[in-house]
Amino acid sequence: MKCQVCRGPAIIDVRRHNANFCQEHFERLCRDQTKKSIDEFSMLEPDDRVLVAVSGGKDSLAVWDILLQLGYEADGFYIGLGIGTYSDESRGYAQRFADERGLTLIIDDLLRDHGFDVPHGSRAAKRAPCSACGLSKRHLFDEAARRGNYDAIVTGHNLDDEAAVLMGNVLHWQADYLGRQLPHLPAANGFPKKVKPLVRLTERDTAAYCLMRGIDYLVDECPMAAGNKHLSYKAALNDIEVDSPGAKHAFFFGFLDRAAHRFAAATSETEEVMITPCERCGAPSSNDVCAFCRLSERATDAVPIELGRTRRRAGARK
Amino acid sequence: MDGPVQVSVLLTRLDLNREAHLVIEDGQLVPGDKTLGKDAVVEVRSVISGGAA
Repeated sequence: MKCQVCRGPAIIDVRRHNANFCQEHFERLCRDQTKKSIDEFSMLEPDDRVLVAVSGGKDSLAVWDILLQLGYEADGFYIGLGIGTYSDESRGYAQRFADERGLTLIIDDLLRDHGFDVPHGSRAAKRAPCSACGLSKRHLFDEAARRGNYDAIVTGHNLDDEAAVLMGNVLHWQADYLGRQLPHLPAANGFPKKVKPLVRLTERDTAAYCLMRGIDYLVDECPMAAGNKHLSYKAALNDIEVDSPGAKHAFFFGFLDRAAHRFAAATSETEEVMITPCERCGAPSSNDVCAFCRLSERATDAVPIELGRTRRRAGARK
Repeated sequence: MDGPVQVSVLLTRLDLNREAHLVIEDGQLVPGDKTLGKDAVVEVRSVISGGAA
């Protein structure tokens, strides 16, 4: 197996490009593909200050590393979600990455700063853990970007993530979500710009990139994600990809080229609601109280109480 | 598993999707066409991560 570029020994095949690469040229491919996404979707200006949402996993650390190599001023933002040892370990990976490179990592903690964590908060609010987690992260990312005057929030969503979300949205014909499933959401109504520069790279690419660059990341999966539909969509798409290399890319980028604009109307209908500051936290919201503050209220109201033995009153009916 | 075996064949025998796994030996990525010796010790690493947030 020879490198497509230099004809030296290759260490990885990228079947959707029908090409093999050595380490040097695979790393360059990852940088080039990221830059191509940034340019194609007008994600970032060269002097943008960006805040990278960092989990300690491969995708967020890879995108942080690539942005720095591309010359962007990029700080990291980590949220402690309170998911047992998984959160403790993920924070360690994020912190070590930052420390070893002299980077700024801002840390929020859901329990410390907001009085609840994902496992208890999602139960109390009767939401799926991934739903409560996603809602909390989006709110806190936005808040951190506003607080720090960052020009954009960068997330490590990759091609597999986007293709799987697209599959879920198509299976259920979520028209408003389809209209918003774009790699670049411009700043609007007080919400900061959000971009996904890794949409041309697969999970296999980002894992291989981290391995080659010596980026130590948390390999373990979030214990609360086990069994979610997103994972089953990814598995289904990878089964298709094996028989039809490039299928994930064609699915997602074909949607962006030929279909996304058709759903813009559905999105604008849902976005016509008035956005006003949340009464509690001041964040932009379509309700008097934003979704995060409602979640926080329900989660922190549900203080566990100790149940003692019940005693039957004398004379009570059986 | 009995060796020697090619990396791509190893994944097939383990019924693992090649798009979702990397094979690593001594911290280095091993290409799909490499033949692993019968005493080789490798890590087969899943690359799939979960949340849809």
